[in-house]
Amino acid sequence: MNANRRDVLKTGGGVTLLTLLAAAGWLQPGDALAAGWNKAAFDTRTMDETMKALGGSAPAQSKDITFVATPEIAENGAVVPITVSSAIAKTEAIAILVEKNPNMLAAMFELPAGTEPSIGTRVKMSQTSNVYALVKADGRYYVAAKEIKVTLGGCGG
Amino acid sequence: MAEPTKIRANVAGDSTEVKVLMNHEMETGQRKDAQGKTIPAWFIQTVTATHNGKTVLSAQCGPAVSKNPFLAFKFKGGAKGDKVQISWVDNKGDKRTDEATVA
Repeated sequence: MNANRRDVLKTGGGVTLLTLLAAAGWLQPGDALAAGWNKAAFDTRTMDETMKALGGSAPAQSKDITFVATPEIAENGAVVPITVSSAIAKTEAIAILVEKNPNMLAAMFELPAGTEPSIGTRVKMSQTSNVYALVKADGRYYVAAKEIKVTLGGCGG
Repeated sequence: MAEPTKIRANVAGDSTEVKVLMNHEMETGQRKDAQGKTIPAWFIQTVTATHNGKTVLSAQCGPAVSKNPFLAFKFKGGAKGDKVQISWVDNKGDKRTDEATVA
């Protein structure tokens, strides 16, 4: 019995099983595992692609979205504090996008009723770039941009 | 495995202000190690915040969120002694849930 099992392992049965699992889509190293994570949206490189992945139309420019406590110049691109506030009624979601990062979308926040439309976080920026705050309110999308200058990039390491 | 999330929740007027600091590498998958090999991406993908069991924020993060992600948000209501819970899941399937009491 034991010897048999060892034979199977030796002849590479384990490898075959792994390959099969991979082929069947059970094992996808590095792929999205968390439920509810929109992989398509995080893979995009342009605003148009992102909007398509989110299932929205081109966003309207809005002056009701403001960057609070967000620097003009970030010394360290690895840690850029960004706070986005929306004064648009029925704000449902806020997303932060960095134009010149390898993938634009940095983070997306869904706000249930009762949560204030203001979110603070920290993102990485590879270089000086426009940062977009995308707001979904009442099913429509709005956007505001701010340029943040980066002295030291946060992506190349 | 992962270290605890630091959560601070304070009543501010008629809402509760929550500040969260999660402990995570947030590796982008873009960096290379000394041998020139790409360091695989490793980052938090989803974060859920609940107040007494009701979801008050759900976030999706990409690798562009900084190492040891920080989050600040406010929700209406909340009283001293209420529970605020933060859970996250990363792209390797690791999870962590931490709880704090509103002060």
